[in-house]
Amino acid sequence: MYWNPAIERLSGEELEEIQERRLRALVNTVYEYSPFYRRRFKDAGVHPSDIKSLNDLSKLPFTKKQDLRNNYPFGMFCVPLSQVVRFHASSGTTGKPTVVGYTANDIRNWVESLCRALVSCGVSSKDIMQIAYGYGLFTGGLGFHYAAERLGSTVVPISAGNTARQVELMKDLGTTVIACTPSYMLYLSEYAAEMGVDIANDTNLRAGIFGAEPWSEETRKRIEEKTGIVAYDVYGTSELSGPLFTECTERSGIHIWADMFIAEIVDPETGEQVGEGEKGELVVTTITKEALPLIRWRTGDITYMESDKCGCGRTHPRIMRILGRADDMLIVRGVNVFPSQIEHVLLQIPEVGEHYMIILDRRDDGLDEMTIQVELSDRVSIDTTSDILNLERKIAEKLKSVLNVWAKVEVVNPGTLQRFEGKAKRVIDKRKI
Amino acid sequence: MIKQISVFVENKPGRLAAITEKLYENNINIRAFTIAEAGDFGIIRMVVDRTEEAYTALKEAGFTVRLTNVIAVEVEDEPGSLHKIAKALGDAGINIEYVYAFTSEEHKALIIFRVSDEERAKNVLENLGVLFKGEIK
Repeated sequence: MYWNPAIERLSGEELEEIQERRLRALVNTVYEYSPFYRRRFKDAGVHPSDIKSLNDLSKLPFTKKQDLRNNYPFGMFCVPLSQVVRFHASSGTTGKPTVVGYTANDIRNWVESLCRALVSCGVSSKDIMQIAYGYGLFTGGLGFHYAAERLGSTVVPISAGNTARQVELMKDLGTTVIACTPSYMLYLSEYAAEMGVDIANDTNLRAGIFGAEPWSEETRKRIEEKTGIVAYDVYGTSELSGPLFTECTERSGIHIWADMFIAEIVDPETGEQVGEGEKGELVVTTITKEALPLIRWRTGDITYMESDKCGCGRTHPRIMRILGRADDMLIVRGVNVFPSQIEHVLLQIPEVGEHYMIILDRRDDGLDEMTIQVELSDRVSIDTTSDILNLERKIAEKLKSVLNVWAKVEVVNPGTLQRFEGKAKRVIDKRKI
Repeated sequence: MIKQISVFVENKPGRLAAITEKLYENNINIRAFTIAEAGDFGIIRMVVDRTEEAYTALKEAGFTVRLTNVIAVEVEDEPGSLHKIAKALGDAGINIEYVYAFTSEEHKALIIFRVSDEERAKNVLENLGVLFKGEIK
């Protein structure tokens, strides 16, 4: 099933043609209407007439979160406020708040994007969709609301929180699909169990669309085992509009609609584009947004991209699971390493716990050395020293296969590594650079 | 078969004291003790008089601790005793992974073995009449 079959199955060349046309129009518009972009282009020594094809994209300067903050609230808008029909704003947990604006067309395109996504993961007008993302200035609630309603699903606009009510309505109204954060879903299923409701057997819930925070394949498995539903990943940020893309039923990546967005993966350090399948920072250029168009927006999210045709029949490129944030990236012997990759490996090894530390040092010969400390779990055998040495070797080999760089593994007693409340600081970098 | 306690311990000052403190607090007597060290860490193996209590005390204190069945033999505390056993196991093609020994007033000389093939080792030792079947006091 497709929401927009003609567009969703366009060939790669046809999509590139659309992208090129829209990109050329975009650079002219922003240069004309936005003093911010005009200044930015001039600083980078680039003029709209230099952008003749998609290959010229890399000539354009990046935009970042800091630009939105520096130009708070409306400095990057490209239309007069009379054309803006809605604001959303971010809470500013990582800095000053940012505000985003939408024209009527922007809202329509946002809905179009998420409708395509919802249909691709099997949501239809027959579904009853409980939207447990926050409604309000956060884009999650209203974003899903408009798209689900446009699709003809029956919406339960319950917003976030009030867990007992969530369980009660899920049961009484026969909710089939829920949209919320993955951690809330885990909480909700435990809460339901305490109320004597087994989501797998006592409700009609069959799927969940989870995002707005980083999560892992392990969490996906836990949710699916606990609740018997199918869990889909959703991607979007408020700057790009809000929730925009989800996995399709193939669940091998998230389709980015190429007629609306140009996605690139760049090395977070150098800003150079990386090759297909290589990991780096997702950079997005919005080619249909009007109120707040973004050129080469640095999302800060680390992933990789695949552009071969998907098993679902859609031709639009896919980004894979978000591996981490660009800010968290470490460079070890010239190789980009993300703590989330290390965490992912450790979670698969039952003999060790979930807490870990990464220690970076530079040897006298100038080579970096990475040591991973991890706590032993209850399930380790400790009869001989080789039990431990073999375990350390096994972990090191798994890490090497994922990170492409060797790490020394040191197991330690349970409970001895530092615990963190809130944002963990798991990296100790002793290198003198 | 007797129960041995093994404890994972990091190679840092004070780690052994943390373990012995727990045993002392619980009035547990160590009968035999050895550390196998491997760089950053070591494995303590010991036989104590009250195994379950020692295990619980160490576990509750957060140590990584295991109970393992090991073979013990009781021999006269005199020249040639260990040799006789080591030779018998060697002749039978059984590998000794580790061994440690202790003497006490209660017992003659007790030798603790971990071997590659437990069942066959037991037979060999039984035939020699040295397999320890009692309890450690």
